[in-house]
Amino acid sequence: MKRRSVMKYAAVAAALSMGLTACGGSGSSDAKESGVVRVTLANHVWTEGIKAAIPEFEKSSGLKVELTQLGEDQLSDQYNVKLNAGSDEIDVMMYRPLQEGKAFAKNGYLADLTSKVSSDSGWDWKDYQEGPVKATTADGKVVGVPIITEREVLYYRKDLLKAAGLEVPKTMDELEAAAKAIKAANPDTAGFVARTGKSAAVTQFSSFLYSFGGDFTDSSGKSTINSDAAKKAYSFYGGLIKNYGPANVSTDMSWPEAMAIFTQGKAAFYTEADSLYKNATDPAKSKVADTVGFAALPAGPAGSKPYNIPSWGLAVNQASGNQDNAWKFIQWATSKERTLAAQKAGVPGPRASVWANSEGTSTYPKDLAEAIAVSAENGIGHDRPEVVTVGKAREIVGEPIVASITGADAAAAADSAHDAFQKFLDSEKK
Amino acid sequence: MPPAAATNSLTGPTNWANKHRKWLFAAPAMAFVGILIIFPLAWTLYLSLTDSQGSVRAATDFIGLENYMTVLSDVERFWPAVGRTLTFTGIALVCEVVLGMGIALLLWRPFRGEKWVRVAILLPLVATPVAVGMMWRLIFDPNIGFANQLLGAVGIPAQPWLSGQDTALGTTIFMDVWQWTPMVVLILLAGLTSLSEEPDEAARMDGANAFQRFFFITLPLMMPTVIVAILLRGIDALKTFDILYATKGKGGGSFHEVETLNVYAYGLSFDYNQYGLSSAVLILFFMIIIGSMWLLTMRKKAGSK
Repeated sequence: MKRRSVMKYAAVAAALSMGLTACGGSGSSDAKESGVVRVTLANHVWTEGIKAAIPEFEKSSGLKVELTQLGEDQLSDQYNVKLNAGSDEIDVMMYRPLQEGKAFAKNGYLADLTSKVSSDSGWDWKDYQEGPVKATTADGKVVGVPIITEREVLYYRKDLLKAAGLEVPKTMDELEAAAKAIKAANPDTAGFVARTGKSAAVTQFSSFLYSFGGDFTDSSGKSTINSDAAKKAYSFYGGLIKNYGPANVSTDMSWPEAMAIFTQGKAAFYTEADSLYKNATDPAKSKVADTVGFAALPAGPAGSKPYNIPSWGLAVNQASGNQDNAWKFIQWATSKERTLAAQKAGVPGPRASVWANSEGTSTYPKDLAEAIAVSAENGIGHDRPEVVTVGKAREIVGEPIVASITGADAAAAADSAHDAFQKFLDSEKK
Repeated sequence: MPPAAATNSLTGPTNWANKHRKWLFAAPAMAFVGILIIFPLAWTLYLSLTDSQGSVRAATDFIGLENYMTVLSDVERFWPAVGRTLTFTGIALVCEVVLGMGIALLLWRPFRGEKWVRVAILLPLVATPVAVGMMWRLIFDPNIGFANQLLGAVGIPAQPWLSGQDTALGTTIFMDVWQWTPMVVLILLAGLTSLSEEPDEAARMDGANAFQRFFFITLPLMMPTVIVAILLRGIDALKTFDILYATKGKGGGSFHEVETLNVYAYGLSFDYNQYGLSSAVLILFFMIIIGSMWLLTMRKKAGSK
């Protein structure tokens, strides 16, 4: 017991200050390059591929790679503590440009890669799609290299649609009608499932918001989440889950929970990031692997406007004394060949060349490749508010989603969230 | 003290060390406390008086007690979190002590298979809280969980458990009781075994029944042990973080259903990067813990008089 309390003091009550002060001394790095590159990556299909190929890199470069692999939340916490302390223990870091990019760039955690990316024409920075590049650029400086892109697509069950005599929905209204019909015909199966957690749902809700003609902010950075379009989107998304979703639906679902419901055969439609499709098509993970179909996001009043974003990128820690070798690792991990290999393993890449190459989509289900092509064309470059403290912003704009799912008045919730969001935006401008 | 002659024969550092040996021997422990407890605490206190946010290395301004004003006037997150922390601790503590006392009394007298029963009862205690959280989360899943299937088998409709706005906190209290009652049992059992038999026997001779013997003999004699159990368990329950985070995630769920002070402070610093505000919450939380500890030790002193 004694130990437990001591641990808790250290870990929770003072985690922050502990980490900061304990590592504070090591922040001033000497400029010597070391032969060991310390790489921190998130758990992801992409990481599995890289991990298997690292010996190749070690052989060709003569460097040694020290890999740390963490879950998404733990990764964020690690960065929060270590980068905050100015630690040089991380050389290469996998990060989420839209979630942490602005905050990290503002705090000066990310090294400027502008001259590095343009130095190698064979590696070819120009090959990168415009949207992802924008997301890894801060104040005109390139601070990261995108590695994974994603768009929201519609996952559906071919067998249930066929049994109900329905076509794949092309519009939001058709989606609702189909979800309703299937739920009515199969009481144990939900017509529709998607993320429900206040913060987790924001990204998947964003495509609905855009397709209804709304956005989180306008061009001047003012909150627009109380617009008519936004209110309709909130009540539509929440309504789908409330009326045609699983019974006793939890309001804490992120993708693992929602995906589990879909892959257990308990839902007919599911809107989710395309980069997670392997979870649904892999027979080891999914009971519906042979009946899952994919389609572009159904069109709302403003058309089909899914997000199209770089979900992960690689960056170099500004405090690292090993920046040149860190860049060598990134250069290798994001080369055309590696990007193609990753894409074939199921990770949609950010390079135009892999999409132009028929080999690049050869391993994808045909309907998914088509849906991705359509989404990449109409896509919007962000899936969450573009602010510094994204965590807080997501909680604010996610409030009406949850209200709507639980049957509260979505419009009223959007109004009060709008006030809170505007206040938040003003406080960030200071 | 050694004889004066011996002391004089020592010279320089040895003499100095000998003279100050009580400080010398205590030094490692004091350094440990200083580095691991006092320094972080002082640093947190300092941060709580600044507007530190974003990065702690960024320039900060000293803003006095402003963070405390903000926190204490926050009725949306802070005060409900205080309420939940106290509710969680209060209910869990009462259940654990009452149940723990009951089980300890049952295990007091030797019986056949005693060893096995004791091991079985102590099992929840050795499981890691995060694993416990994940396990109960699966059991309490509203759609595919075991708990609802069990209820369904006896004809009771499915319950929302952890996913219900009103039931989530109760469910986590249940999990805490499940895991920590064994610790209370352990402490109380130690207390019971050290009791002498005579007062109980004397009461029995006088014709007191089992309830009278428990409430007028055993319980008063046990009071110091009970207070120790309450103290240890209470402080720990106030600081619960792991099972809440493992079952409901950041912010204690979409409606902050299980957001206690600890979860709130974590969110403030790791999600919102508002280190000043977060530190203020932690300092207030620390004061609440110190306060309740003080109350209980006062009670203990009064009880032992």
